[in-house]
Amino acid sequence: MKSILGYLHSNVTPGEAGNLFWVAVYVVLVFAGVSIGVIFMNWFERKVMAHMQVRIGPMRVGPHGLLQPIADALKLIIKEDLMPANADKVVFWFAPVCVVMTAFCTFIVVPFGRTHAITDMNIGVLFMLGVSSLGVLGVIMAGWASNSHYPLMGSLRSGAQMVSYEVAMCMSVVSAVMMTSMATGTGTLSMIGIVQAQMQQRTWFAFSFFPVGLVALSVFSIAMVAETNRAPFDLPEAESELVAGFLTEYSGFRWSLFFLAEYTGMMAVSSIATTLWLGGWLRPFPNLLGGRNWDLAFSLVPGLTFLALAAFCFFFYRRMPQIRSMRASAIGLAAFGCVLGLLGIIMLLPGVRERVQDIYWFISKVGFFMYLYVWGRTTFPRYRFDQLMTIGWKVLFPISLAVVILTALIGVRQELFALVWR
Amino acid sequence: MSDNQFYESFEELQLTRNDLDSKELVLNMGPQHPSTHGVLRVILKLDGEKVNGLECVIGYLHRGIEKVAESRTWAQFAPFVDRLDYTAAVANNFGYCLAVEKLLGLEIPKRAQYLRVILTELARIASHQVWLGTHVLDIGAVTPLFYAFRDRETILNVFEKYCGARLTTHSFRIGGCRWDAYEGFSREVLGICDDLGPRIHEYANLITGNRIWLQRTKNVGYISAADCLSYGITGPVLRASGVGLDLRKAQPYSSYEDFEFDIPTGANCDTFDRYMVRIEEMRQSIRIIRQAVEGLPEGPIIARVPKVIKPPVGEVYVSTEAPKGELGYFLVSDGTAQPYRMRVRPPSFINLQALEKMAKGGLVADVVAIIGTLDIVLGEVDR
Repeated sequence: MKSILGYLHSNVTPGEAGNLFWVAVYVVLVFAGVSIGVIFMNWFERKVMAHMQVRIGPMRVGPHGLLQPIADALKLIIKEDLMPANADKVVFWFAPVCVVMTAFCTFIVVPFGRTHAITDMNIGVLFMLGVSSLGVLGVIMAGWASNSHYPLMGSLRSGAQMVSYEVAMCMSVVSAVMMTSMATGTGTLSMIGIVQAQMQQRTWFAFSFFPVGLVALSVFSIAMVAETNRAPFDLPEAESELVAGFLTEYSGFRWSLFFLAEYTGMMAVSSIATTLWLGGWLRPFPNLLGGRNWDLAFSLVPGLTFLALAAFCFFFYRRMPQIRSMRASAIGLAAFGCVLGLLGIIMLLPGVRERVQDIYWFISKVGFFMYLYVWGRTTFPRYRFDQLMTIGWKVLFPISLAVVILTALIGVRQELFALVWR
Repeated sequence: MSDNQFYESFEELQLTRNDLDSKELVLNMGPQHPSTHGVLRVILKLDGEKVNGLECVIGYLHRGIEKVAESRTWAQFAPFVDRLDYTAAVANNFGYCLAVEKLLGLEIPKRAQYLRVILTELARIASHQVWLGTHVLDIGAVTPLFYAFRDRETILNVFEKYCGARLTTHSFRIGGCRWDAYEGFSREVLGICDDLGPRIHEYANLITGNRIWLQRTKNVGYISAADCLSYGITGPVLRASGVGLDLRKAQPYSSYEDFEFDIPTGANCDTFDRYMVRIEEMRQSIRIIRQAVEGLPEGPIIARVPKVIKPPVGEVYVSTEAPKGELGYFLVSDGTAQPYRMRVRPPSFINLQALEKMAKGGLVADVVAIIGTLDIVLGEVDR
């Protein structure tokens, strides 16, 4: 009991503290949080896409379609569980499990804050990249086990694509990892260590060695879209060519597991990008706008955001037509606003706000990448397979190699300067 | 192991390896497939992603329309042709009416001719908008589809107001038009023309300069002008290969000679040029509509036609420039109230022949792009 309460005052992640109770709590929290994130992303993507495409999107289930993803999930769960007669049953069963497991495992090391991670590993980045690339196994298994042509072609495409874009991705990660050694002389692969290095160097890595960091971030963010099989690199599930790619034979709950894994994977790679280049949980301008007053001002932002969202809900509650059939959804919207407002007030309390703001900044940065995903999906046509490979190997890979070499050269030059000057 | 044994087992090994290597993947695309534009079935022979050969299987939408004609009167049959190319039903009706009128030797009032031109050109724009949306969707961009369909809606609204139907309109009759322009018709159509100019510019802005779009369409689905002519390909596909053949100019019908418009042509014979040609055709259609609405003459809208149409014995072939290409009707009359034989020359069917030539040696994704760029409608292919 003492160790359980004692952890609340510690400054490390539960994994590092060796506190199994809090590890369990964090695992549950992260799992639930990511699942809610997926549900929200589903709604958010449909709404944003709809508004970009002169539509209004889901409107019927819940106020402004807020409950639509839940209704969809229910529908998928109660659907008949179909398995093709000639499928390899065991592999067919295991493929979605494999994909979901690997996608969720990556979140073990994602630092939502200094203490808000399940654990910290000294090889954190490597672990994330390694585990997330295991997901391709599940995709290939799905394509193979379906015993059908479209899934097979989809999974082969996906295998080739994921493997080739990983190279460019890892190279740009190397450049960020090299930057961590600048101030202290010792580099780190730990996710928390990387963010702390950015704090010490008083910059986000996206802006260090200008424009090398930005180029690395761009290469990574293109490669991560390809890695997660999203438009314009969504060839494995290219609807117009391969019907649904490796998902063709899947339906119901198994299909929803793939869906879950896809969005979890998107969030995982977005959090790598956030951690490596956008300062992880650090608030904007920690050094430029330092001092007690600025600290206080920035720590109020999460609570105020929630209050603003609540006000938004109430505004639309007032605008809803006052008719009987809309009453349930109007009350729902008001209740949602109340919950958001309550959360906002809790987040404004001293003691809570300092601990919560890390999570808030991290999630907003990840959210920025998620918005880019949606934006890209509505904007671009799809690449052809050979063009995809050309971009991966002939464009992104050389650029990322050059970035690594440039980072090394600039880093060595700066160290030398520091040495000579001293 | 003796040498002999070794060689035998080696040969066996070779044989199995060759077996593995030479296996072609036969992929059945359609008739239920998101991007075969209806119920086209394509059997692809693939070597990995490369297309070694393909075969079209058609007939899933065959309704025997040509045979149906023989048991209907001339006027009764007119609504059936709306079901050929249902994205531009008016254009089908137009061709059929012209053919019967030629058989009868009728002179059509000027006002009816102009009305027909206006509606047909509107249908051409609507048809090209459907093509644009679905073609771009096949290549992976979702958004232009919604923009194109939003604007097509305004055109369909005009049809709805004019004749009550939106898709299979049956708005023309043998001898002219059934209805006169409704109150405010000119204002509404001119308003659409004003709106559509910037809208077409908007589509082009979204798509034309996009690098991915250029990579996906440039040099994809090449077909030379000579090949086009030998296959009998017409319409935008032919014009994109550099042959400026447009029946509206080559053999003007229904007062097309009164209007000033250009025939856009391409030079590279690829998917991108066909895209550019169709986009430009929409602009030219707007020009024609504007001139026709502004110069819409007063007068009767239908010629004097007997109640029971019994054309003299004879045969006639009339072709018009439908949105997809040359749409021809061959009619044989034996002097009775029913056609003796009716034959359609559907542009989609004839253009579809080129699919194999264009897609061979390309990739799977190109097949989809080429089906889109040929702009086929299965109602017309199968009839």
